[in-house]
Amino acid sequence: MEQTKKSSAERLYKVFIYVALITLAISIFVPVAWVFMASVKENSEFYGNPWAMPAGFYIQNFADAWGKARMGEYMLNSVLVTALALLILLVVALPAAYVLSRFEFRGRKFLNAIFMGGLFINVNYIVVPIFLMLVDGDKFLMGIAGSGFLLNNIFVLSLVYASTALPFTIYLLSGYFSTLAHDYEEAAYIDGAGYGKTMIGIIFPMAQPSIITVILFNFLSFWNEYIIAMTLLSDPKGGKTLPVGLMQLTQAQQSAAQYGQLYAGLVLVMLPTLILYICVQRKLTQGMTLGGLKG
Amino acid sequence: MKKGSGRSRFVFLCAAPAVLLFMIFMIIPTINVFRMSLFRRSAYSVNEEFVGIENFARLMSDENFIRSMQNTILLIVVVTIVTFAFALVFAAILTREEIKGQNFFRIIFYIPNILSVVVISAIFSAIYDTNNGMLNSLLSLLSGKTVAILWKGETVVMTSLIVAMIWQAIGYYMVMYMASMASVPQSLYESAGLDGAGRITQFFQITLPLIWTNIRTTLTFFIISTINMAFLFVKAMTSGGPNGASEVALSYMYKQAYTNSSYGYGMAIGALVFLFSFGLSALVNMVTRREPLEF
Repeated sequence: MEQTKKSSAERLYKVFIYVALITLAISIFVPVAWVFMASVKENSEFYGNPWAMPAGFYIQNFADAWGKARMGEYMLNSVLVTALALLILLVVALPAAYVLSRFEFRGRKFLNAIFMGGLFINVNYIVVPIFLMLVDGDKFLMGIAGSGFLLNNIFVLSLVYASTALPFTIYLLSGYFSTLAHDYEEAAYIDGAGYGKTMIGIIFPMAQPSIITVILFNFLSFWNEYIIAMTLLSDPKGGKTLPVGLMQLTQAQQSAAQYGQLYAGLVLVMLPTLILYICVQRKLTQGMTLGGLKG
Repeated sequence: MKKGSGRSRFVFLCAAPAVLLFMIFMIIPTINVFRMSLFRRSAYSVNEEFVGIENFARLMSDENFIRSMQNTILLIVVVTIVTFAFALVFAAILTREEIKGQNFFRIIFYIPNILSVVVISAIFSAIYDTNNGMLNSLLSLLSGKTVAILWKGETVVMTSLIVAMIWQAIGYYMVMYMASMASVPQSLYESAGLDGAGRITQFFQITLPLIWTNIRTTLTFFIISTINMAFLFVKAMTSGGPNGASEVALSYMYKQAYTNSSYGYGMAIGALVFLFSFGLSALVNMVTRREPLEF
């Protein structure tokens, strides 16, 4: 008697947790799937029931978003900025993390401390001072060269992205480098390899898993970022990154009601990150706990 | 290893680019936030004028600022508590129970974290839309009459924002808690089970105390990231409206400093919020201090 009572309570509990899990899963999955569905609807369909299935496969939305709404151009900008920023970041952060974690030199403790402190500086606070610095820089260049090029420049934007990602990246890479035994370098030096050769030929290849984690996280944050991009690419007619262009489209959509284009644009932004996520989800959630400081 | 000039040159070459970029794009702008908060500077006046604490004094009687701070604190409290509770319970279920498709649920729950806030805001705008939104049409279907709630109206806009922010954050914190829960030894639960401790007792007596260090860290993340995420959401979803009802501290800062070109005033807000987030984190850290448990 006691036994059956316990097992029926047990069953009720199981049902309850499955219901809870499935409810949360649906509440996350359905809105995302809905965007994909809406992206192939014709504009007139948006005035009916939002839960209705699309009448056809209206691909024109994507063509309109790509051309008319300039999403194709913005996409190219986003790809360029993200790739360039990742490149700068790796070239700058890898050697720095290496010497900061494995070499004894004067001022090392201080440098480690300020990079650690950098983890607490969020870009949202410093985006306006960065903007003003570039404005002043442009004024100065205007004075001596006749034109300024610091604002509305996607190279400068990539440089800012890479710089603001430095503390987190160096923190993560240093953590890995400092776990390696010093024997690797000793052996390389005995074989006659120089410092640079040892670093690039021996240490960096060993750090490959951490480097991949760094690339993954920074890819997501650069690709999705829009506050800095919106501020530094301030020319209304000039180039934009995809999220900024999309935000503009959401604001325009309220008056022009180009729903189809909007959802097609959303799919364009989401798709690369979703595909990447599906391929590497285990690595991503593991890496997150490794360097969980990115809030 | 000999310590020659080659060695110091190598260290210098590796560290210098990172230090330089970090100085230019993070340290100097951060110092500028605090310095500019003591000056008056606008887009039209060329020179800065030192005004001491006048900006801060004005803030204390600025009703819009006070409202934005109230909204920020509301978000910190509600988003933290709800997300924390959900993330903890779901993490406990997924690590402690034998769930079919455990991996599937983890993958789905983490999806919002890889999407740009612009995308999430657009999705929630489609959910909250008054006439053709997913939520109102679902409610109409369930209640049998037409529901036309203004989800982004003055009275409910904060609630709508809170729901979107929780939706975004649950997966991230859940994965964090899952990682630390997985390291709690199974034997503790087994012996507790033999002593007759039920699930809830085990959760409060074993799981919570043993992952306490991790919980404390995440509480600091919650404070810092809610302040920042609130800005991103407000910027993309409501622009602070209607009538400033959803304005938060950093969006008000951005409005003053960038849109309004009252740089000094904006930076005073930035400096204050920066100090506020640090103070609050330190306070929470102090209150939650316990003797760490070994296992």
